[in-house]
Amino acid sequence: MMDHEEVHVSSYASLAKVLVALLILTTISVSATGWHLGAITAAVALVIASIKVGTVITYFMHMKFESLFLKLLVTGVFFIFALVIIITFIDYLLR
Amino acid sequence: MTHPDINSGHMDSQTGKLGMWIFLFTELFLFGGLFLVYAVFRATYSEDFHKAARELNAFIGTLNTIFLLVSSMTVAMSLTAIQKKQKNLAIFLVLSTLFLAALFMLNKYFEWSHKFHFKLYPGSEVLKNLARGELLFFGLYYMMTGLHALHVLVGMILLSVNLVKIRSGWITSKNYLLLENSALYWHLVDLIWIFLFPLLYLIT
Repeated sequence: MMDHEEVHVSSYASLAKVLVALLILTTISVSATGWHLGAITAAVALVIASIKVGTVITYFMHMKFESLFLKLLVTGVFFIFALVIIITFIDYLLR
Repeated sequence: MTHPDINSGHMDSQTGKLGMWIFLFTELFLFGGLFLVYAVFRATYSEDFHKAARELNAFIGTLNTIFLLVSSMTVAMSLTAIQKKQKNLAIFLVLSTLFLAALFMLNKYFEWSHKFHFKLYPGSEVLKNLARGELLFFGLYYMMTGLHALHVLVGMILLSVNLVKIRSGWITSKNYLLLENSALYWHLVDLIWIFLFPLLYLIT
């Protein structure tokens, strides 16, 4: 069933488009430092970074075309990773 | 369902990639620990971190971000080239990736030398006399960017091995797991930098 599956080949054009998207996000991230957002500056930077990371994993790391097993595994581990960081940090803040 | 042939290249490639991802998870948690230490000290000494972070050059940081993003694309493209049997293009793309990685390291060299010039290096008298939070910021800065640069170097070695193996015809359109996994490693180096860059250079 699975073993004769066609291997997906990313086209050069699609990879180039992903790069353009990443560069635009970087530009937004850099210019956002000049917007004087105050307390939410860090949050904005981290949200943009997370979108970039998601884009790299989906297209450059080919996750969009991997098996459901690998997709679930990677999503799950990143979820646990975020929980470990967030819960530990909250624990520190509320001490 | 047909019986999967355990000796087929496809199964090999699936398990090989799974192994690589599991290794990448350990790398993620290695840097995750440092991110957490950074977040806690930043919350404790926000004034000092604010002051110290202004010492970093956001322009160099942005330039290095661009180098790594473009190199991530070229390495992804080299995989496409191998799959399409375009061997010379694949060699050119891996070489481009190595070139961009070298530019990143050169930039890092200038950045660190500049700080060393002002005696801002771990253990220096200048650093010891700074406020506690600033000392912690520079300690974390050197630890995080240093560990990341070490990963860039390892990635460069891996990519060089791939270059030799593409030239010799060992990596082909049917057998490219090594290139695929090395590309995954290279993307991870990029991912970590995507978080390091705003944390150290932008949020001041």
